[in-house]
Amino acid sequence: MAGTIAIKNGYVYDPLNEINGEIMDIFIKDGKVVTELSGADMKDVKEIDAKGKTVMPGGVDSHSHVAGAKVNVGRMMRPEDHYKFYQKRTPLTHSGCGYSVPSVYLGGYEYSKMGYTTVFEAAVPPMEARHTHEEMRSTPMLDMGGYLVLGNNWFLMRYLKEGDVDKAAAYISWMMKTHKTYGIKCVNPGGVENWGWGENVSALDQANIHFEVTPEEMIKSLAELNEKLGIPMPVHLHANNLGHPGCWEITRDSLKIPKNVKTKPNTDVEWAETKRNAKRHESVYLTHCQFNAFGGTSWRDFESGVKGITDYVNSNDHVVMDSGCVPFGDATVMTGDGPAIHDLYVLTGHKWSNTDVECECGSGVLPFEYLKSNPVHSSQWAMGLEVLLYVTDAWKSIMTTDSPNGGPFIKYPQVIAWLMSNKARQDTFAECHKWAQDRTGLGGETREMTLNEIAILTRANPARTIGMSYRKGTLGIGADGDVAIYNIDPKKLEVNDYESIIRGFENAAYTIKAGEVVSQMGEIVAIPEKNTFYTDIATDADDEKRMLEDVKKWFKYYTLGFNNYPTPEKYLANPTPIQVNAEK
Amino acid sequence: MADVILKPIGNFDLTVEAEDITPDNFAGKSADEIRKILIWQAPAQFPISDFFTVEGNGGSSAEDTTIIVDGNVPRVKRIGEKMTAGKIVIKGSAGMHVGSAMTGGEIIVEGDAESWAGMEMKGGSIHIKGNAKDHIGCAYRGSWKGMSGGRITIEGNAVNQIGGGLIGGEIIINGNVENFCGIRISGGLIVVKGNAFRTVGAEMTGGTIVVGGCIERFNPGFEMTAIESDLKFNDIECPGEYKKFAGDYAIPQKGKGILYVSCDNNECL
Repeated sequence: MAGTIAIKNGYVYDPLNEINGEIMDIFIKDGKVVTELSGADMKDVKEIDAKGKTVMPGGVDSHSHVAGAKVNVGRMMRPEDHYKFYQKRTPLTHSGCGYSVPSVYLGGYEYSKMGYTTVFEAAVPPMEARHTHEEMRSTPMLDMGGYLVLGNNWFLMRYLKEGDVDKAAAYISWMMKTHKTYGIKCVNPGGVENWGWGENVSALDQANIHFEVTPEEMIKSLAELNEKLGIPMPVHLHANNLGHPGCWEITRDSLKIPKNVKTKPNTDVEWAETKRNAKRHESVYLTHCQFNAFGGTSWRDFESGVKGITDYVNSNDHVVMDSGCVPFGDATVMTGDGPAIHDLYVLTGHKWSNTDVECECGSGVLPFEYLKSNPVHSSQWAMGLEVLLYVTDAWKSIMTTDSPNGGPFIKYPQVIAWLMSNKARQDTFAECHKWAQDRTGLGGETREMTLNEIAILTRANPARTIGMSYRKGTLGIGADGDVAIYNIDPKKLEVNDYESIIRGFENAAYTIKAGEVVSQMGEIVAIPEKNTFYTDIATDADDEKRMLEDVKKWFKYYTLGFNNYPTPEKYLANPTPIQVNAEK
Repeated sequence: MADVILKPIGNFDLTVEAEDITPDNFAGKSADEIRKILIWQAPAQFPISDFFTVEGNGGSSAEDTTIIVDGNVPRVKRIGEKMTAGKIVIKGSAGMHVGSAMTGGEIIVEGDAESWAGMEMKGGSIHIKGNAKDHIGCAYRGSWKGMSGGRITIEGNAVNQIGGGLIGGEIIINGNVENFCGIRISGGLIVVKGNAFRTVGAEMTGGTIVVGGCIERFNPGFEMTAIESDLKFNDIECPGEYKKFAGDYAIPQKGKGILYVSCDNNECL
């Protein structure tokens, strides 16, 4: 029976149901979690003995750069990323290569081996949506979706300047449907637009050059529009000034802006059973906090500014964030923040690429290597972990490496080991530059995360944050039958032996997607169907008509025709629209 | 010292990828076992005996093994790739990637070498008695980290991108080079006894380049700092007077590279 399976006697971690390592059986029928299987079902069902193993919902990555134009630029400009890291084809799987920017097939397989079943692409420029969907469609093993980059969009900036909120709302909902994307991404608001004139913005009240909208207005308006439309996830913010010493202050101040925006995610979906409230209550989701948390005033007095942000997050409830950890080694920096990439080029002299996505946004790519011998890189390693360890309530944070910016996602097991084991951190301190110890507070932090907290950071909370916990990130009744079973016995776990944690999370004993075993001890054993999620937001027809007149008029300046702008559903693997009810 | 003699017998209509022809891989194997080692030709693998006659057994270890390729093998690539010890003598011309990523041992090419000889090598030595083509001791495409140790000596000429991205080690060329010699190097030493055409040391951020002949088109991003004579780098001697330049100042990382150019042959500089 496809999609039906019984997982017996495992130590189950399902934080949304407050199940913390209880020995339980999980039953999945036709791809969904069920209370039990009938006698007839049990007769020929596949049964997995998970005795002595850790059972979690399938991993959910809510911020990863895995598909689209800039990812592909990363592949094209980095042949050296490929030739030492490759995989031969098998009768079931394609060949693939790429360490920090793997080819689509390899990326899907590598995620699946680690027990991940859902990954959201962090930045989809509207004009590159079709390309992004082509790559997502070809990425096997994973359910996917993508966030639309809107923080420097000409129409939105114009409507905000004119104060026409209705048209702005109509524009966002039309864009989500047109490009089959899921939520709002806001990258360096105002700054990327200014970059068209060779400038950036350095303060929240600095009006941008042409539209005269400030970053503060953009963040506030996007957060308000996000809730007015009822979008399942909060505004996804990449703050201004990223990657510059001292940027933590502007990040904290940006987080203050949407504090009083009332959250109203409003989707027509059936929710899996969960004990905790599975709906988000945050009005902003800050991404890769580590890159936004630089302290000091220059590279000489550079230090961690993480505490300034985590103190704010600890005392406020409207913020959730992902970490952007730095696990050392090769990475490829890729972001919609074009000027930030230019600054990195000036700093490193490395090859780089920059693109201006006409009227919409920008992007840049640059290869990067994080060295343990480098004072700043070592501090960044420590800061990424500070972000997660300083936030007392794990439900406010998500573990990422901003893959491949801080490092490739295949390093997640290493990051988990650092979070769970103080010894792992101390051993790394001994190998890396003393700034990690001197310029950050990580050395004095003795917290060691539990498996339950890791389950929150890597599946339950990413899913809850982006509004996917109605079916992902939990093993509640009615949820998708996505399960990861790790060769980790919580009763025998010795965190000082952190290599065993790495080994355990590197290759899941079983990765189960929709009730089917898809990978087993690092080997792909089945290629499952996949879904692509996007939001279908109901809008006022009149507003949409008025807005479309503007868009069509302006389209003569685009390099493609209006009719070629939308991404048709055929570009999506199993298109799964989520009905969203906007405020009337 | 055990000698394994490989005599090419043909079948090279498609190039062969022979990264398994190394002392490390032949050590401890009999001639018969060596004959059966599979090497790639296009998408398929064939035994070495399809391409070579094999005489002699491998030594007990890589150090004790010498491989003699008795003939021209310009269409056999990757001989000696990643070797750690021992010796390979190619009595004719070698194909691409000979000795790439090697960490130790010695390779002697009595004829010419194709491109990419000693790509990203870390140690050991390669001696090319004829001419060599492009990318000798260079970084892989896209990478800026080339050869990091060891020595490559070329008796004849070489062409483009010699020592690209060099971070250590030495390349000595008795003849001439053409374009982009020492592009992007950050360490190591390149000595060209003959002439270079243009873009010597472009974007270099460290390391040393010596050109004994004339650079026809000198790079604009260099600044003369001194005149020195009779240069000596350990056992490598460069007699005569040299103009010493620092660079390359054309890139944001203001260069700490050193470029010596013969005074006699570059009067216009």
